[in-house]
Amino acid sequence: MKLIFEKSRAGRRAGRVPDYGLAKPELPHELRRAHPPRLPEVAESEIVRHVTALADRTFGIDTGFYPLGSCTMKHNPRINERLGRLAGFRDLHPHQDDDGAQGALELMWRLQGILAEVAGLPAVTLQPAAGSQGELTGLMLMRAYFADRDEERDTIITADTAHGTNPASVTMAGYKLEKVETDGRGNLDLDDLRGKVNERTAGLMLTNPSTLGLFDEGIEDVARIFHDAGALLYYDGANLNAVVGISRPGDMGFDIVHYNLHKTFSQPHGGGGPGGGPVAVRETIEPYLPAPVVARDGDVFRLDHDRPKSIGRVRGFAGPFGVFVRSYAYMRAYGPDLKEMSEVAVLNANYLLARLRDAYDLPYDRHCMHEFVLSARNLKREHGITALDVAKRLMDYGIHPPTVYFPLVVPEALMIEPTETEPKERLDDFVDAMQAIAREATESPELLKEAPHGRPVRRLDEVRAAKQPILRYHFDEHPALVG
Amino acid sequence: MPAAESYPDDLRYHPEHDWARVEGDEATMGITWFAQDALGELVHYEAPEAGSTVTKDSSYGEVESVKAVSDIVAPLSGEVVEVNGKVVDEPERVNDDPYGEGWLIRIRMSDPTELDALMDAGAYRAHVAEQ
Repeated sequence: MKLIFEKSRAGRRAGRVPDYGLAKPELPHELRRAHPPRLPEVAESEIVRHVTALADRTFGIDTGFYPLGSCTMKHNPRINERLGRLAGFRDLHPHQDDDGAQGALELMWRLQGILAEVAGLPAVTLQPAAGSQGELTGLMLMRAYFADRDEERDTIITADTAHGTNPASVTMAGYKLEKVETDGRGNLDLDDLRGKVNERTAGLMLTNPSTLGLFDEGIEDVARIFHDAGALLYYDGANLNAVVGISRPGDMGFDIVHYNLHKTFSQPHGGGGPGGGPVAVRETIEPYLPAPVVARDGDVFRLDHDRPKSIGRVRGFAGPFGVFVRSYAYMRAYGPDLKEMSEVAVLNANYLLARLRDAYDLPYDRHCMHEFVLSARNLKREHGITALDVAKRLMDYGIHPPTVYFPLVVPEALMIEPTETEPKERLDDFVDAMQAIAREATESPELLKEAPHGRPVRRLDEVRAAKQPILRYHFDEHPALVG
Repeated sequence: MPAAESYPDDLRYHPEHDWARVEGDEATMGITWFAQDALGELVHYEAPEAGSTVTKDSSYGEVESVKAVSDIVAPLSGEVVEVNGKVVDEPERVNDDPYGEGWLIRIRMSDPTELDALMDAGAYRAHVAEQ
């Protein structure tokens, strides 16, 4: 397929910009560009065909099964889009006064309330743009909390199964990182933990269930160890889809929780956003929440900026408002039955696990939560077939590969999350494909080594892409194409 | 060409898949065949500075492949006397020759008794077999 720049012909236009005869604004000379931008010059018909061809090659949850572990690629109900496009929501200006945005503010206030109930914690900020920013916000809240108490603490503990964003957020927030090991059942190793928690520890960052898809059975002991040392617990909500309405992070002992509205609460994602990463906190941390938060006085809703101990704003305006509408609609559509979402997610994952455990290696043999981790280490040892080969071959079966090589504690990991929105037939299709691939590994391993076969591109050279990335069109190599 | 699996008898091994070759009061260190095989082709080596200190069981740098970024754990403590700049430029040397051209740092040992805690090749092979 040609790039849009390769389709460009000098002087060709898709439309004409009307001349309104407006005066040209005066721009300081140093801000003017020396040459016009080198934009592709293409007729409208060719643009439409180009974009349609790209869309045809796209794989998403709307085209097929997408069991990408830890990403919660669930179906996004279309009613959410209809509600998000209601003129009162869609056309609202971010500078609208509170009196002219009462409906929007009420929606945000109610969303805060449901999120608080889900977390089992009283106060919520909707501002963070995604999970990673929620993490950073949570750590900034910890810092503000300890600074207010004149306590000097410099270390955050994470699990060796943690998502890579956890250590990255710890470093960005200026904390030192210490990792705690996972025991043989996939829980945090309590002995290792006791040796590492002390008066310098600011807190723990933990995903529960973990990236192994396992609920930490010792979570109350973990919370006690940190609270006894005066430290705080942060809940990474990446895997919240497993527990909504069933168990609450606040009850487990967590003090700060982030949600991923784009995972758990059906905001479409996978194409780069927008996401939503609200954060809930215990009463003791509420004073430090980013300002403004949405407050209610009687029948009136307002943005409360008067928060002297706030860490300040972490995102522009009121946050990703369209995401709030979709997630609120999603929660209200379930109503009091919201926990069915998590129950079916866990059921679907356990169904897949039960049917695949004989064909692949299962490093932690327990009932899983919303996802589970298999290993291709036996296939690798016996047939030279890696998790990457299995993933690439799945594409030939019309299925998006699962997450591979994560978590790092499992060699040749395949991390599988079906979500609650898949019917049994799709789960069975996946089992059939995975079992067929395990047979192919024995009978015709070269088929897997060379996969994918039936996709627009074959096996990509990931090493070269990492070492010599081409991030822009090289005009100098094709001078004739653009005038 | 990626190297074939091997664990030379003249090296000492750390359970986190690092090796050390001792010559006098100095030790050369790197990652084992098993480690480079698990990571796949390396695309980046974040090396420590010459003159810095490394501590046994602690991270002294990072290696990155398309799969993951991994800490490199020091099998022994000491002062870094040389960093392998060729691996900084061409990290795939670790895949091609993990115990030769793919060495990562050379240190002056601060506590040679730490060697007693490391595994010999036989014990490390048994450790790898359990992975």
